[in-house]
Amino acid sequence: MTKPRVATAWLSGCSGCHMSFLDIDEGLFELADKIDLVYSPIADVKDFPQNVDVTLVEGAVTNSENEELAHTIRKNSRIVIAFGDCASTGNVSAMRNRFTVDEIERRAYIELTDRNPKVPNAYEIIATLMKKALPLHEVIPVDLFLHGCPPSAEEIWLAVTELLAGRTPVLPSAYLRFG
Amino acid sequence: MPKLLTISPVTRIEGHAKITIQLDDNGDVLDARFHVNEFRGFEKFCEGRLLWEMPGITSRTCGICPASHMLTASKAGDEILAVSIPETAEKLRRLGTLAQWLQSHALSFFHLSSPDFILGFDSDPAKRNVFGLMEADKEFARRGIRLRKFGQEIIQILGGRRVHSTLAVPGGVRDPLEPEKRDYILSGIPEAKETTLLALEVLKKIHLKFAKEIPEFGNFRTLMVGLVSKDGGLEYYDGGLRIQDGNGNTIADHLDPRHYSDYFGEAAEPWSYMKFPYYKPLDYPGGMYRVGPLARVNICDYIETPLAEAERKLFKSLGGSVGVANNSFYYHYARLIEILFAVEKIELLLCDPTITGTHTRATAGVNRLDGVGCTEAPRGVLFHQYTVDGDGVLQKVNLIIATAQNNIAMNRTVKQIAAHFIDGSKGKVTEGMLNRVEAGIRCYDPCLSCSTHASGQMPMHVQMVGPDNELLDEVWR
Ligand code: SF4
Repeated sequence: MTKPRVATAWLSGCSGCHMSFLDIDEGLFELADKIDLVYSPIADVKDFPQNVDVTLVEGAVTNSENEELAHTIRKNSRIVIAFGDCASTGNVSAMRNRFTVDEIERRAYIELTDRNPKVPNAYEIIATLMKKALPLHEVIPVDLFLHGCPPSAEEIWLAVTELLAGRTPVLPSAYLRFG
Repeated sequence: MPKLLTISPVTRIEGHAKITIQLDDNGDVLDARFHVNEFRGFEKFCEGRLLWEMPGITSRTCGICPASHMLTASKAGDEILAVSIPETAEKLRRLGTLAQWLQSHALSFFHLSSPDFILGFDSDPAKRNVFGLMEADKEFARRGIRLRKFGQEIIQILGGRRVHSTLAVPGGVRDPLEPEKRDYILSGIPEAKETTLLALEVLKKIHLKFAKEIPEFGNFRTLMVGLVSKDGGLEYYDGGLRIQDGNGNTIADHLDPRHYSDYFGEAAEPWSYMKFPYYKPLDYPGGMYRVGPLARVNICDYIETPLAEAERKLFKSLGGSVGVANNSFYYHYARLIEILFAVEKIELLLCDPTITGTHTRATAGVNRLDGVGCTEAPRGVLFHQYTVDGDGVLQKVNLIIATAQNNIAMNRTVKQIAAHFIDGSKGKVTEGMLNRVEAGIRCYDPCLSCSTHASGQMPMHVQMVGPDNELLDEVWR
C-alpha cells in the first residue's frame, strides 16, 4: 500500500509552526510509518511535487515567491491546511500592513545602515515584497485552518491523524484559539 | 562570458535563501554569494506598540530561538524601567537562555546537519533528512529528538509553552519555579549528558571521515565577537563584549553592550535582504567578524563546568600554534560543547536553593526613554534597542541579530567551498557538489527569519548556462 503523501511549506512566518510540528517528538517515528514526507524545509527535495495528499502551509503570503509557491501548492495538493495564525489571519507577519513597503524598507536599509544605504533591489535574484501581507485564503482556497501561534503539537497530531484516517478533523474547543 | 549557477532554496536551514555561483569561461569559480530572500519589517512595525508587548512580538521573529528574543526584549525593558531584577528572576532567565541553547543546538546538529554526516553528502536527496536519519540510525535519531525535547520541556515549564513561551517580562519573570517541576527537570539531566557525550564521540569520527573536506569549509581568519564574564569565562546572559582577532589576540575587552553602535555598523547590498554588520574600526567589509558557538568557545578563557571545560581544551588544540579554531566546520564541535555546558550548568542552577524563590518580578514605570538589551542567543550575540515615550510606547526599534553578524563570513565560506568542490570545466555539476556548498552554510546554523526578520521557501533548480545562454547542464531536486 502506498502511504499518503504529505508536505509542509514555509511562506512568511517564523518557523514556529514547523517547530511545533517537530514537538511531536517521538511521535515522529509513528508518523514516519504512516506517511511519506515528500516536501518540507527540513528536507532536501526542492521542487514542490505532484499529487500531494495533504500540505500544511505556514506563514502569510508577503512576496512574489510566496505567491507563486502558494499557487503551485494548491494545484498539486488535494487538501491544503492553513497552518497557524500567520497563514490563517496574517498575524504578526501582517503587522507591517499599517505601513507602506517603502516605509518598512527605508527604516531597515536606509536609516539603520551606515555603509551602502540602499534598499535591496536585485529582483532577478531576490523576491519582490507585495503591498500587503495576506492570509493564505486571500490567495488560494484553503480546506482547513489550524489556529494558534503556533498550533500545539497535540493539535497538529490530532488534525493529521484524523485526516490520514479519512475523517474530517473536528477540533475540540480548547484548540480553537488564536495566539 | 561568465556562467551563473543558482541553488534555490538552500534547505535544512531556518529561513529562505539562495546561493549563486559565478563561473568564468574556463569553468573556474569567480565569485559566489549567499542571498537571503525575504523581509518582514519588525524594526518599523513595532513602532507604536507598547514596551510590555515586545517580548511577545519579537519572539515571533523566530520560532527556533524565540526565548532569546523574549529575554533580550525583557532586558531592554529592565533598562527602561531602570530596575534591577530579583535574584531568582535572573537565575530563571539564565535557565531559560540555556534551555534555548540546548534545544536549538540539538535541532541544528541532529535534525538539520547530521543527515549530511551520517547518510553522506552525496546520498539520495529524497532521504537526506531527519526521517532518513530515523531509518538509518534509529537510536541516534531518537536520542537527538529526546535531547531537543528536554530543552523544549524546560522552556514549557518556565514559560507555559514550548514555542513562544511567556517566561520573561520587563522587570523579571512571570512565575516562580515549583519544586516538583525543578525535580522533574533534574531527572532528565543524566540522559541529556549521556546523549551529548555520545554526539561528541560521533562528531569526532565525522572529523576523521571528512578529514579531506573539512579544511575547505570556511577556513580563514576573522575577528570573533561574544560576551565573556568579568573574569573571562564563557557567558550567555550578561557580561561584556570581547573582540579577538584570528590569531587569538584580544583587541577589545569588556565593552559595554549598551554602546554596541559605537563598535558595530551595518551595510546593505542590493542582492540580499540580510544586512552586513561589520566592526567599525576596520570598516566594511574589512570588519568581517564571526559570532556564535565558534566565537564563544574560542574567545573565552575557560568554561565553568568540568566536562565542557575539558572539551574546550581539546577544541583549542585544533587551532594549532595560535590556538584559534578558525575553521567554520568546527561550529558543530563548539555547538556540542555548548550543549554539554548547558546541561551541566542547568543542573547547577537547579541545585541552587534560591531557584525556587517566589519573588520574581520588580515593578516600576518608565524611568528612562532608551534601553539596550543584550544576550547570547544560540547563534551569537543579540542586541535589541528601544526608544520609548513617557508611556512606554515604542518610538524607534533596532535589532542586531546574531546570524546577520556572520553574513560577510558566510559569503566568504560559500565562495571557498564552491571554488574547491565545483569544477565547471567539464560542464557537469553534481547534486552532491552543491550540497557541500549548502553544508557550509549549515555550519553557521543560520536563522534567517531572525536576521531579516523573515522566512520562506521555494523549489530548487540549478541551471548552468553557456555564453550564448544555451543550457549546459541542469539539476532539479
Ligand atoms: S503563526 Fe506564530 S508560530 Fe506560526 S509562523 Fe506565525 S508567528 Fe510563527
